[in-house]
Amino acid sequence: MSGRELFMAAPAPHAHVGADVGRTMRRVQLALLPATLFGFWIFGWPAVNLFVITVGASLLTEVFCERLRGCESRLWDGSALLTGWLLALSLPPWAPAWIGALGGFIAIAIGKQVYGGLGQNLFNPAMVARVALLVSFPVVMTHWVAPLPLGSEGAPGFIEGLRITLGVVPVPDAVTSASLLGHAKTELSRGMDLAQALDAAGGTLSAWHGARPGSLGETGALLLLLGGLYLLVRGVIRWHIPVAVFAGLALPAAVAHAIDPSHYLPATTHLASGAVVLGAFFIATDYVTSPNTASGQLLYGLGIGLLTWIIRSWGGYPEGIAFAVLLFNALTPVIDRYCRPRIMGRTRRGAPIRATQGSAE
Amino acid sequence: MGILDRFLRAAHFSGGVHPDDHKRPAADAPLRVMPPPARVYVPLVQHIGSPARAVVAVGDLVKMGQRIGEPQGAVSAAIHASTSGRVVAIGDIVAPHPSGLPVRGITIESDCRDEWCELEACDDPFALDPAEIGRRVAQAGVVGLGGAAFPSAVKLSGGLGARVELLIINASECEPFLSCDDRLMRDRAAEAVDGIAIMLHATGAREARIGIEDNKPEAIAAMRAAVAGQARIRVEVIPTRYPMGSEKHLILVLTGREVPAEGRPSDIGVVVHNVGTAVAVRNAVRFGRPLVSRIVTLNGACVREPGNVEVPIGTLAGEVLAFCGGMRGDHDGPARLLLGGPMTGMQVPTLEVPVIKGTGGILVLDAAEVGEGDGGPCIRCGDCMRACPVGLLPLEIAARVRAGEVDKAAGFGLADCIACGCCAYVCPSRIPLVQYFHHAKGELAARARGTQRNETIRTLTRAKADRIERDEREKAEALARRTAASLAAASEASAAVEKAAAGTNEESGACA
Repeated sequence: MSGRELFMAAPAPHAHVGADVGRTMRRVQLALLPATLFGFWIFGWPAVNLFVITVGASLLTEVFCERLRGCESRLWDGSALLTGWLLALSLPPWAPAWIGALGGFIAIAIGKQVYGGLGQNLFNPAMVARVALLVSFPVVMTHWVAPLPLGSEGAPGFIEGLRITLGVVPVPDAVTSASLLGHAKTELSRGMDLAQALDAAGGTLSAWHGARPGSLGETGALLLLLGGLYLLVRGVIRWHIPVAVFAGLALPAAVAHAIDPSHYLPATTHLASGAVVLGAFFIATDYVTSPNTASGQLLYGLGIGLLTWIIRSWGGYPEGIAFAVLLFNALTPVIDRYCRPRIMGRTRRGAPIRATQGSAE
Repeated sequence: MGILDRFLRAAHFSGGVHPDDHKRPAADAPLRVMPPPARVYVPLVQHIGSPARAVVAVGDLVKMGQRIGEPQGAVSAAIHASTSGRVVAIGDIVAPHPSGLPVRGITIESDCRDEWCELEACDDPFALDPAEIGRRVAQAGVVGLGGAAFPSAVKLSGGLGARVELLIINASECEPFLSCDDRLMRDRAAEAVDGIAIMLHATGAREARIGIEDNKPEAIAAMRAAVAGQARIRVEVIPTRYPMGSEKHLILVLTGREVPAEGRPSDIGVVVHNVGTAVAVRNAVRFGRPLVSRIVTLNGACVREPGNVEVPIGTLAGEVLAFCGGMRGDHDGPARLLLGGPMTGMQVPTLEVPVIKGTGGILVLDAAEVGEGDGGPCIRCGDCMRACPVGLLPLEIAARVRAGEVDKAAGFGLADCIACGCCAYVCPSRIPLVQYFHHAKGELAARARGTQRNETIRTLTRAKADRIERDEREKAEALARRTAASLAAASEASAAVEKAAAGTNEESGACA
């Protein structure tokens, strides 16, 4: 029989299902891959550069903070990589390098490590960074470009892309564009009829196939949907949050559009544009910052969807999902408090159920 | 059972896990009976409750089945010699416990003849008074063989007072790797059903339902054949889901009814016994045969011949392993030694520990079977919550325990935790949740004991103060009474004097 230390007492159970945190993170990354590659393709080299910088900054910040805190390195569980990845997908694809670097730093240092690292943060780190950048640098953060697929005429080559990313050359005016939601907001504020404005912008359809201005990763809505379904099938996430987010956004949108189509976008446009699909499957479902119980998750998702619709319809920003997610992250502890499962043998309020003597069944 | 019925049964029970069962090929190997080893080491406590008291001395010759330990207290069980031979020591032996600490026990050197002592047989157990059946079961030292080892007589005769209507036989055997109940049902179905009929008679229940998980088709067929003539006993096929063997979950699945928290099955008219216990009860009542052996599953990747063995109580686990061909030589070597199943069983430091009445398995697992891996912080994935069959939030409880807030942990239902291990089984961060809960429960119990002690001290102090006060009051009253009495006496005396004086005057007057 081998060494004595083999038989140091370990607590039951002496079996394990085999899951680990790294596997979960890798599955989410796999689910994001198609939409990310699609984003690289339609936005070209500057987008690739931005992605590398954002992810790199996140990983470096993680290592730096772990050194500072003197704790064991958890770099390889993939959580910092995922945070950087999600942040990159939510940035304007041609944003300058410093935006990515600063964003990665904010996400990890302020969004995660100051709370005590993985599992301790109250807010989604990627969304903390995105919102911090958006309110600090609104012009850079809303500088969208029209899709210019790799290899197409006018698309920047690798060197040109690097110069754009590093800010040596400005983004040419010819390629800048407004996102669909931004366009609708501007037109509405000019008193335009929404239906006409949408027709001019090419309607909803372009939003679904992804060749539209927007964040690096949000435009491939169908690919994100595919990734989300993969996560559902794999059991990484459950349906409650995404479905509730979609319902919370689509139901009020449909009602409002039915009442006043000239002022309110249709539900399909809402669902297909902006970062709803990315947010519903990949951001709102963040384990650490979302409720645990099914009822809590439904409540949370509905709230995010509804708030997103409210911000888009009446708020100061064309897109609101990042704000909505952060607000409901803050409400998660409260939701968790009121949505607890019933304990076996007890009533919902926690008192023992009454014993009923009588014939069994 | 129809598909809908099966679905409804599964729906009753939320949570739980489905570990790879690893029951075969051990379950399919025929049951073997192990001859008595050279020595048996019989601990005096093999049950929940107070230890038994040794009633033999070193040097005594004992026969198999002879009582060597007398139960002490209401929840205790008698201990019997599991072989015939000579008592060579009474004292410390290594306990079948993770600590490897010693426990008091009796060592018997076998004469290898297995001569039974005289046994009190009974031809018709159904003519016996239920109380008499309870007495015989207690005499035989029968405890629950499902693992918890609660003295069976207490539960059987408890039924007399509590009006038990339904007897549930726990044959679910949900622990992975274990197949001792499966094997027992395949090979001794008729004995088990006879025992169940005796238990029905003893508890006064109207019917019995035998719950068997659907991953044991051979046992189900054998038991169905054995209950053929019995109108009041039914075999119920239940879904395979851990922890189906938990008493409360089995009741829920079979009856749709929940046992109230802080309550017992008897509160809803149900009593649950393990199927192995039924055979032990039958042997005790029909033949007066005490519980001196049990079926143990030998399993794990490191065991050369996995299977089920009937083992005399007190046999060292290592000798049972040797009987099964020992450890495989072509293997990396064992990662963990366990008594019981991997979900709730305990790790032991050595195989030099005796098999006791509650030992259902001896497992020698390799690293792959244990599923060792790196842990990490909680990412609040909620897997533990979905796995919890009781409806708890293990992650929230663990967070409170880690912060040292055991009171808050208790507020999340810590006391309702059945320590089944489902949460820790699924945790991707491999947080030892069950250990946290045991720790917190221990802390709360210690605190409750402390509070009780303080309460006792306060009561005694108050009683003492009261007593002193009463004594003083009584003393004062006595003094007052005495004073009053002496005053009265004095005034009486003075009155008498006055009277006398007056009388004198009168007299004198009269005289005058």
